[in-house]
Amino acid sequence: MPILEVKNISKKFGNVEVIKDISFSLEKGETLSIIGSSGSGKTTLLRCLNFLEIPDTGTITVKDEVIFDAADPESGNEKGLRDKRLHFGLVFQSFNLFPQYTVLQNVTLAGMLLAKERPDYKTEKNKINEEITRKAKEILDSVGLSGRLNYYPHQLSGGQQQRVAIARALALNPDILCFDEPTSALDPELTGEVLRVIRELAERKTTMIIVTHEMSFARQVSDNVLFMDDGVVVEYGPPEQVIGNPKEERTKQFLERYFENNNNI
Amino acid sequence: MNFSDIFQQNQEVSGGVFAILMGTSLLFGRNGMNTYLSSLFEGFWLNVELFVLTLLMAVPLGLIITFGSMSKFRPLKWLVKTFVWIIRGTPLMLQLFVVLYAPGLLFGVPMKSRMTAALVAFVINYAAYFSEIYRGGIESIPKGQYEAGAVLGMTKSQVFFKVILLQVIKRIVPPMSNEIITLTKDTALARVIGIAEIIMAAERFTKQGLIWPLFSTGLFFLVFNGILTLVLGWLERKLDYFKV
Repeated sequence: MPILEVKNISKKFGNVEVIKDISFSLEKGETLSIIGSSGSGKTTLLRCLNFLEIPDTGTITVKDEVIFDAADPESGNEKGLRDKRLHFGLVFQSFNLFPQYTVLQNVTLAGMLLAKERPDYKTEKNKINEEITRKAKEILDSVGLSGRLNYYPHQLSGGQQQRVAIARALALNPDILCFDEPTSALDPELTGEVLRVIRELAERKTTMIIVTHEMSFARQVSDNVLFMDDGVVVEYGPPEQVIGNPKEERTKQFLERYFENNNNI
Repeated sequence: MNFSDIFQQNQEVSGGVFAILMGTSLLFGRNGMNTYLSSLFEGFWLNVELFVLTLLMAVPLGLIITFGSMSKFRPLKWLVKTFVWIIRGTPLMLQLFVVLYAPGLLFGVPMKSRMTAALVAFVINYAAYFSEIYRGGIESIPKGQYEAGAVLGMTKSQVFFKVILLQVIKRIVPPMSNEIITLTKDTALARVIGIAEIIMAAERFTKQGLIWPLFSTGLFFLVFNGILTLVLGWLERKLDYFKV
């Protein structure tokens, strides 16, 4: 039984249909990479899953529960969106850490705010916050940043900032962790440390959707790869097939161009 | 410039201040000096009062105006924008007269106190300016900050108060410092509706043929703004621990 089922999602900006009737599903523990050229709709799809954009059509089902149905007018209202968003974590291309908070505070902030809604918060406040802090430190340790807890984002390298962003998303225990081109804003020598963290997450069977331009990385870590072009799913399957031996003409063209450019460098 | 140069310069400045005070005291004699200083202090107290009260009320009112001018509800947005346009587009001096006389002329309820009229005019005027500074600050925060908060399950108000606000404050401290320092000097405008603030107090001596009291009012503003500059600089340094 899939943990996530996306059915017939589309999204228009003005008259431009950026994604068209996208459907796919994801098993628990699976890593799915979404590849495709710029403007193919990959990021929009990811933003739809996190409800940063509200899809015009389609349904999103998580763990057998329909959390979004475009046909239901109640589906897009703000209060409901908050709970739905928590099924997903999102790591942004540009990190978007909160600059006024330390590394540790960046990771604990959202959890501590959410905890305020717990019925036992008043009596157990200290215990709850200590637990959130303990867990945050554990996660930061797992991304190799236990020595940077009290640093501010501007004191870190891009790679370190992105690892904090990953820890921040992990701290809320999302069912599905999404990455939007997590290494595109990094200098080449810093991409390795971020990819290593994502690879470890894949090995620990974290359910993930990764929008990426790193083909060889996608090939190594993914269980499945989804190739998008012009807002539609062109090809979907295991990486050996989609990247290694694509059937569709458009996929072949895209990969040829990609590897040509990268060999030229 | 080395340290001793600075020291020398400061000495010259304080020497100049001393000379002015000495000079005026010689002109007045001991008793004259006392009346002149005490009436200037009395006047300046009104400037300080106007300054503090205006700041206390215009800072929050400005934020409310900002929310109006950023509202998605078009009629409200345009109403507020028109209001800001009128307030920023007309002289503060004129606004002082309007606030003093309009209630009586239009509604038959005359303003009871000139001080209240002055305060209302200053608060409205400065809130309009502050609101534009706030708006600039809020709009300069990248969209990614809001989105990061949203995907972490924060409510809109949590995102604003826990994530956005301090970044906005950091960005607006320098332009706000400018406005606040301008406000100290603008309080002197209150004399046009008969508030006996420091310059009005000094002009009484001018009418008696003494110009020095009027000139020396500058020192009051200088000292006050000097202290203000130190406080605002301290605030700016306080927020230096992070970068936006």
